[in-house]
Amino acid sequence: MGTISRGFSGRRTAADAKLPPGQYLTNDFPVLSAGPTPHVALDKWEFTIDDGTNVIKRWNWKAFRDLPAETITVDIHCVTRWSKLGTVWEGVSLDTLFADVKTDAEFALARSYGDYTTNLPLQDLMDKQAWIAFRFDDDDLAPEHGGPARLLVPHLYLWKSAKWVRGITLMHEDHPGFWETLGYNNYGDPWREQRYQGD
Amino acid sequence: MWRIGTVVDLRDETATARTITLQVPDWPGHLAGQHVDVRLTAADGYSAARSYSIASAPNTEGRVEITVEGLPNGEVSPYLTQQVASGDRLELRGPLGGWFVWRTEQTEPIQLIAGGSGIVPLMAMIRSRAASGSSAPFRLLYSVREPGAVFYRDELRKRSENEHSPTLTYAYTRITPKDWPRPPGRIGASLVAEAAWPSQLVPTCYVCGPTPFVESAAGFLSACGNGQDKIRTERFGPTGGRK
Repeated sequence: MGTISRGFSGRRTAADAKLPPGQYLTNDFPVLSAGPTPHVALDKWEFTIDDGTNVIKRWNWKAFRDLPAETITVDIHCVTRWSKLGTVWEGVSLDTLFADVKTDAEFALARSYGDYTTNLPLQDLMDKQAWIAFRFDDDDLAPEHGGPARLLVPHLYLWKSAKWVRGITLMHEDHPGFWETLGYNNYGDPWREQRYQGD
Repeated sequence: MWRIGTVVDLRDETATARTITLQVPDWPGHLAGQHVDVRLTAADGYSAARSYSIASAPNTEGRVEITVEGLPNGEVSPYLTQQVASGDRLELRGPLGGWFVWRTEQTEPIQLIAGGSGIVPLMAMIRSRAASGSSAPFRLLYSVREPGAVFYRDELRKRSENEHSPTLTYAYTRITPKDWPRPPGRIGASLVAEAAWPSQLVPTCYVCGPTPFVESAAGFLSACGNGQDKIRTERFGPTGGRK
């Protein structure tokens, strides 16, 4: 137990049991971004999968939206300590996007409009664990929340769910992304409270 | 790793915000713009933590100041603004964040834009500039609800007069001082164009405040020709309008 804060009782809720350690519940949807919000026109938008040298797959907005989409209801956890339960998204599963991609790469780097990047093990994007989401709460995804489309990897802290995503680069060696080079944890599992380097 | 800080000074900034000075014996040092996590623990072991920007300049004395705005329905902030007393010990973790920082070796013009309590990390930059003897030219555009909501008022005025930096522009959203030249209102494109460094000087811009404020201020900076890679942002609170 930590140092007792004299006179502090805190505010507990029934939802606490569903929260990872050190998180608090919010009904708002706060925003964490390192720079200005990019505004990406749908007729210019594309999503690519590449191997660092060659583009393997490419979709424009129409081709992307023609793919089968799913409704996803998940809890999301931000490293800045808020969690939001039961959020409803619509998106295309990464399993669908990777259906005919053959690779022995073990790592992935998600790339965004505005030059944000974040790295993950490729297996964390597979098997119904990750989506490219384009709707939130029955509305088109707002630019400040990553619209027109963002990566959604709800089992990791939300900085791994790259906003304004434009592609995924497959890698044989792990390369840290934006926050991962600025002191944040390389993997970011909220249930193991992997917030910062060394956690 | 959680460190223990002892509260050595408390100072009210406004009716709702308070600066807490902590002495942290094993503090590893920080950069202007970084933040800390502060953790409170109840007698039964329940704990709650929140992030707060550091207000003090980097120093070697293990002194860490935070300025906390008490949120009406907050869990941690009302304790920090109303209950904490001198001599109390608080747990903190940090310093955290390596992007929204100003380093003393930066010599380019610096544009700071604060909305409300978003002034806190920018104040650390202003103090760091002064403490290091830097001659980097700073400008601050500070948007607040009303004159009584300004943090660090006297210090900002003195620094702006004596050190000629930052150049200070206030923008009031609800109530202005008497005879103020502009009517109250949110900052707009023309005020940003007028008060901020011309983009030709390639300033680095730091914008901190509530999410809708940062969205619009960063947008105005972009519209004035500042490159996306020159605008660093820190947002807090919910998005406006819809949830």
